Amino acid sequence: MTTQAMTAGRVPMPGMRVYNLKLGMWVFLLSEVMFFTGLIGSYVILRFAHPEQFAEPGEVLNVPLTAFNTFLLICSSVTMVKAYAAIQQGDQQGLKNWLLATIVIGASFVGVQVFEYIALAGEGFVPIADAYHAVGRGMPHDGPAIGGQLYGSTFYTMTGFHGTHVSIGVLCLCYTYWRAAKGAYTADSLGGVEIMGLYWHFVDLVWIILFTIVYLI
Amino acid sequence: MSTGEAHKPPPYMAVWFGLFALTVAEVGLALMASIPKVWLAMGLMAMAFYKAFLVAAYYMHLKWEPKRLWVLVASPIPLIMILIFVVLNEIF
Repeated sequence: MTTQAMTAGRVPMPGMRVYNLKLGMWVFLLSEVMFFTGLIGSYVILRFAHPEQFAEPGEVLNVPLTAFNTFLLICSSVTMVKAYAAIQQGDQQGLKNWLLATIVIGASFVGVQVFEYIALAGEGFVPIADAYHAVGRGMPHDGPAIGGQLYGSTFYTMTGFHGTHVSIGVLCLCYTYWRAAKGAYTADSLGGVEIMGLYWHFVDLVWIILFTIVYLI
Repeated sequence: MSTGEAHKPPPYMAVWFGLFALTVAEVGLALMASIPKVWLAMGLMAMAFYKAFLVAAYYMHLKWEPKRLWVLVASPIPLIMILIFVVLNEIF
């Protein structure tokens, strides 16, 4: 254990041997794992039980667009971890630059998701309780319906909750950037950046699973 | 994001390239209609979980964390199995 880890509230506690803030974030993330497992598990089980209610990948959803969005989120994970690596070296400007890049890429992810929702709604795949019927890719609003209401309700619930998590992450990143701009983080006091990074990478990790299950299988 | 013990700089860009390559492979595999659905799903899920492992191990720095934290992180896995398989049992 280095002196660096022993400073600024980052004292590893006996037992888990990580400092309190990080342990707290991990416990929170584990609760999030169970939350998303509930959502994904419901989707898998409903899809097994009622396959006629769901469409094949690419029939309704725009896979290339979402693959691009996945690429964006993967890039944002790199920029986030680069921000952490920068402040580990005491590079304040590097921290701010990489954080800003993460904010921009994260906000772009949300923007592409909003664009996707608008396009899907334009084709009749709307998040209204009695009108969740999917319509074929590129078909007009009143085109032939594919699948049933379960498809839309599970799709919008899962991707909507994930998008909300990303949006909250972007806001928290803005706060982290604001603190970084004030010089709040140093090589000896970087707990806030580390905790923010854990949350952001978790959001990326969840999307990796969601993208495969919802868009590719 | 580790306990502070010295270790080599993590290969962040190599992991990023791995994640990118796996994503391209996933999309390519999904668009190949000739693969049976069961094998396709298993292959895609294997790649997805490997990508998730890369993110957790290298970007969340679990690779350098104490083993006790690994145990804590793994604790939801049995609960996930129970949730999925017990409810699937209701269907089949």
